[in-house]
Amino acid sequence: MKNKITNIFKGGFGQLTIPIVAICMLVVFNLFRDPSFFSVGITHNNDGNIVLAGNLISIINAASELAVLAMGMTLVTAACAGQDISVGAAAAIAGSAFVKVLKSGPEITGFSVILAFVIACCVAMIFGAFNGTLVSVFNIQPMIATLILFTCGRSIAYWINGGASVPVDSPIIKAIGSFIPGIPVPTPVLIVILVAIIFKLVFHFTSLELFTQSVGINGNASRLNGINATFIRLLTFIILGVCVAVAGIIGVSRLGLINHETLLLDVEMDAILAVAIGGNNLGGGKFKISGSIIGAYVIHMLTVTLYAMKVPSTDVKAYKAIVIVILVVIGSPVIKSKFTKFMTQMKNRKQAVSMKGT
Amino acid sequence: MRKRLVSMIMAGTLAMSLALTGCTSGGGTTTPDAGSTGDTGAQTGDTGETTEAPAAASGELIKVGVVNNPPSESGYREANVKDMEAVFSEANGYELKTSYSLKNDEQLQAAQGFITEGVDYLLISAAETTGWDEVLKKAQEAGIKVYLFDRMIDVDESLYEAAVVSDMAAEGDTAVQWLLDQNLDEYNVIHIQGAMGSDAQIGRTGALDEQFASGKMNKVVQQTATWDEAEAKKIVESVINSGESFNVIYAENDGMAKGAVAALDEAGITHGVGGDVIVMGFDCNKWALRELLDQKWNYDGQCSPFQAQIISDLIKSGDAPSSKKIINEEKGFDATTITQADIDTYGLGE
Repeated sequence: MKNKITNIFKGGFGQLTIPIVAICMLVVFNLFRDPSFFSVGITHNNDGNIVLAGNLISIINAASELAVLAMGMTLVTAACAGQDISVGAAAAIAGSAFVKVLKSGPEITGFSVILAFVIACCVAMIFGAFNGTLVSVFNIQPMIATLILFTCGRSIAYWINGGASVPVDSPIIKAIGSFIPGIPVPTPVLIVILVAIIFKLVFHFTSLELFTQSVGINGNASRLNGINATFIRLLTFIILGVCVAVAGIIGVSRLGLINHETLLLDVEMDAILAVAIGGNNLGGGKFKISGSIIGAYVIHMLTVTLYAMKVPSTDVKAYKAIVIVILVVIGSPVIKSKFTKFMTQMKNRKQAVSMKGT
Repeated sequence: MRKRLVSMIMAGTLAMSLALTGCTSGGGTTTPDAGSTGDTGAQTGDTGETTEAPAAASGELIKVGVVNNPPSESGYREANVKDMEAVFSEANGYELKTSYSLKNDEQLQAAQGFITEGVDYLLISAAETTGWDEVLKKAQEAGIKVYLFDRMIDVDESLYEAAVVSDMAAEGDTAVQWLLDQNLDEYNVIHIQGAMGSDAQIGRTGALDEQFASGKMNKVVQQTATWDEAEAKKIVESVINSGESFNVIYAENDGMAKGAVAALDEAGITHGVGGDVIVMGFDCNKWALRELLDQKWNYDGQCSPFQAQIISDLIKSGDAPSSKKIINEEKGFDATTITQADIDTYGLGE
């Protein structure tokens, strides 16, 4: 235990250093700015349930879709050394499919929601498999391959429902998007925890993590060692497809409305950012899902902080960019090696000083 | 060999992706209520144009070519396209030809095609305001009459018969006047704007900005959510978390109003008729008007996509339009007076 703590002081949290430092900086900044920023209150919502409220809840609630997407994106990044830029469009398709199934039944029941969820997942997995095939079988750059779905995805989403904004109203949908009666924590947050646990279990009971890393580090070498690199890459895209469906459904349920043009708009860039802030190598190889999740929360904490400071939302993106540039530069290998060098120099000097002393 | 194959496939996919961009242009732009270009000052055009009698004699179908934006653009456009198809039907004595594109050059080509085919009337809602001179001159030479709808074009007035458009600033004025008529003790307004620079945003913001400037209303926060529902929810959440008090939410479209209401619901703040917060939206989607009927919202401003009947009346009457710019009259609905019949008549979508 003591060893672990000293290790942290010596080498930081390894890959997680950057995201953890970033989140701590934001917390400290907010506490200085407004000590009550993180206060969590208890209120009754309009359905009469006791719920938690406050900026902290807003942050972890609003980041849910992004956190789920970032988990899937991490896997794709690790295995394919590239990113899927079609997740926002694919989420619009999955969300539209979800709404379409709900709308085709006479009324929305628990069963029809589960059916709609399964169908939305299947649809998203098919589109994921499409992207995955282009990348793994045809060896196309992931960004180019997913550009196709990025361009046409929202039009496909429009065809599914044929309307610009289609409402779905039901207590079940409301429960998925905001609060389950009797539970004071927003449901999207619970979904993120559930998805994270599933990832953890899959990594624990299968070799997916190891195989993904080895394929990402050297596809040919892993193939020679008997790992089917093509299949692993395809699989990561299909898993991302499930994440996309989950994110799309959270987004739809949150508002009780599907707008194919604005649902999770520009989320792909945030998802890639979350992976990068999480300290993952965008060139593939080793990865940590937990880093990406923290990355997602960093992005949303930044947004909520800026809104709380009443920064015009047109400027938010610019401020976000500044912070992210700083984070990415600090996390870059060049700065890292300089820092290590500096630390060893300090150590040597200290030793020299103490030697002199004796 | 393998390399060549890969590069061929890559070239193929690139071509495919380009083709896809071509045919699915609906994905790009986000203007959920498709600003119509409309300056405030309704100019009275010279009405001295000579107009010939309608081209078609009785019993013969009047050929109408419509150049429009695709229905996938927005709920507004969807209703607009449906309205055109319903009014210019064979039963009403028309032969309708349509072309939908978000790209100006494609629209120009389509208009050219209609002129060559020999339509009697050309109806245009242009993607961009510029570049139409040549085509409209050709139409004039061919004796084809041109009507603009929803959006103005930057050409000489003599090149078209009339333009039937919305007046976005009037929409904002009507809404703000309604708000003033509520006689609240104080107005603490959360103002959620659409995509900055769009006509709908400029028109709907203008009237409220005047009130902020005169001090009659207090601006709690004024932020753009770029028509994004989820962003609107975040903006309202941040105000609630800051503890500032507010009693009006003025959202520039229905979707953003819905996002704002979701934030109110989670925080346990009552809204609508008899509630603590007045909720205002725009566009008159059917689902939004139903919220009004349930008294959960207070006001919804219309942006009418129904120009077809006005144009059809002009064509059939054969008279010269009284003005070059015809403002499509628009309503605002109040939750206390709205009826199911209003929803059926004026609601968009489902």
